[in-house]
Amino acid sequence: MSAPLLQSLFPNIDDWAELGHACIDTLLMLGGSLALTVLIGLPLGVLLYLTGKGQLREMPKLYAALSLVVNILRSIPFIILMIVLMPLTYVLVGTKLGIRGAIPPLVIGAAPFFARLVETALREVQRGVIEASQAMGASTWQIVRHVLLPEARGGLIAGTTVTAIALVGYTAMGGAIGAGGLGDLAYRYGYLSYKSDYMFVTVVLLIVLVQLLQMVGDRVVARFAGNRQ
Amino acid sequence: MIRFVDVHKSYRVDGKDIPALQPFSLDIADGEVFGIIGHSGAGKSTLIRLINLLERPSGGSILIDGTEMTALGDAALRAQRRRIGMIFQHFNLLSSQTVADNIAFPLRLAGETDAGKIKARVDELLRRVGLEAHASKYPAQLSGGQKQRVGIARALANRPSILLCDEATSALDPQTTASVLELLAEINRELKLTIVLITHEMDVVRRVCDRVAVLDAGRIVEHGAVADVFLHPRHPTTRRFVNEALPEEAAGELAPYTHVPGRILRLSFRGEATWTPALGRVARDTGVDFNILAGRIDRIKDLPYGQLTLAMQGSGVDQALVALRAAGIEIEELNR
Repeated sequence: MSAPLLQSLFPNIDDWAELGHACIDTLLMLGGSLALTVLIGLPLGVLLYLTGKGQLREMPKLYAALSLVVNILRSIPFIILMIVLMPLTYVLVGTKLGIRGAIPPLVIGAAPFFARLVETALREVQRGVIEASQAMGASTWQIVRHVLLPEARGGLIAGTTVTAIALVGYTAMGGAIGAGGLGDLAYRYGYLSYKSDYMFVTVVLLIVLVQLLQMVGDRVVARFAGNRQ
Repeated sequence: MIRFVDVHKSYRVDGKDIPALQPFSLDIADGEVFGIIGHSGAGKSTLIRLINLLERPSGGSILIDGTEMTALGDAALRAQRRRIGMIFQHFNLLSSQTVADNIAFPLRLAGETDAGKIKARVDELLRRVGLEAHASKYPAQLSGGQKQRVGIARALANRPSILLCDEATSALDPQTTASVLELLAEINRELKLTIVLITHEMDVVRRVCDRVAVLDAGRIVEHGAVADVFLHPRHPTTRRFVNEALPEEAAGELAPYTHVPGRILRLSFRGEATWTPALGRVARDTGVDFNILAGRIDRIKDLPYGQLTLAMQGSGVDQALVALRAAGIEIEELNR
């Protein structure tokens, strides 16, 4: 597509490089927050699973406490969570703005969500397989590491995809309060300055991003699911 | 030796204790195949899980080679469990791992890291269960019988002294059941392994077990050598199980023969008596007439046995019975 054509289709977009930067910012926010979300959400999900009713390390009080925290964090709309967390964000990363400032609230918003998906995926693992491992003398840690996680990996990967897509939405919202990225452009130019072509292009880019994530996620799940019953 | 002393188990449901197993004591000797038969809900799954403490007893003591299982700490219990293999009705293989990795799993759990040693042991086990060609397949690509063979190989990996079989053939068709039972019998013979199996099929007990306990509503109602229990069932539940295994024989039920003239007798032959022509000889000598109403000749594990239901007429019947008993044949009179 030639520059004059782009100019005529999207007359208000004068700086395509800025759009490119915004794309990269969104991807960085997404990548960073997704990695940390998995890092925190996976153990949290395993803990929820293990301490749940009738499970290997049943602990009703701990489960109830964790469950409550997870539910509270999940019930706060992300944009409000982000504002509420600003002081904490500042303490953690030294700024409330930009990619760095966006990552703590993104992770705190998404990790509980991912943890629930992990818990659900682990519950799908057949009880009999866990029992067989216990009968073989496996410790709880060995069961988690060698039985639960590998057996549930299809569900875990699907959960990661769903979480990544939710994070795309969160990063766009974060844009409205100084996080940068595509959401920031859409909000500042598209909404506040009535440049609807900005809105259009960012929305298309977000759609493409979500489609790609879903495709990659499905492919990976299919690769691992090939051998299963 | 596995020894249960005054063991009982109840589950706590909504603040109430629901008894699953009534207090019982039982010894299972080294190297024997011990069957526990019962209907679903009778408590047999609970009973077999007490042995490796997948279920903890509510009271009593469980000793394996003198070790009190209920007193073991976590690490010691895990070490003991490695000496007790277990196979399951639904196989419970890791679907994300190949056959070879499934069999290697207990070795790795036990801390073996030498890949060469693991491979050698896995190959040996694959040969034993006849699955050499399937090492790199996934469980989903195997038939039920093959999956159970993987389960058996996995259970044997750490050279256990006890093998627990939880309804191991209940999900298999009759032919596959026969071949899996044959494999279990072979393992018992060659490795001198103690096998404890639970089942709801008398036929499984008849084919491989040395002794059997009959479980009914959480209570052991009868136990002993399979031939004794099988040929002379006393408890109604045992009779029902035996009837399932001997449909045409109806195991000594008189009902179908009430209109038949003469004395209705049930003769049980065991071992060598099965092959001697005692009945014909006695009939000739005493001049009685007999009519065979039902009969079966088969094996209980390695013991040949025969069971005939006869109607006998003539003046010499009493004399015939004495002669038959002298020939080692057990006789029950059904219409006396």
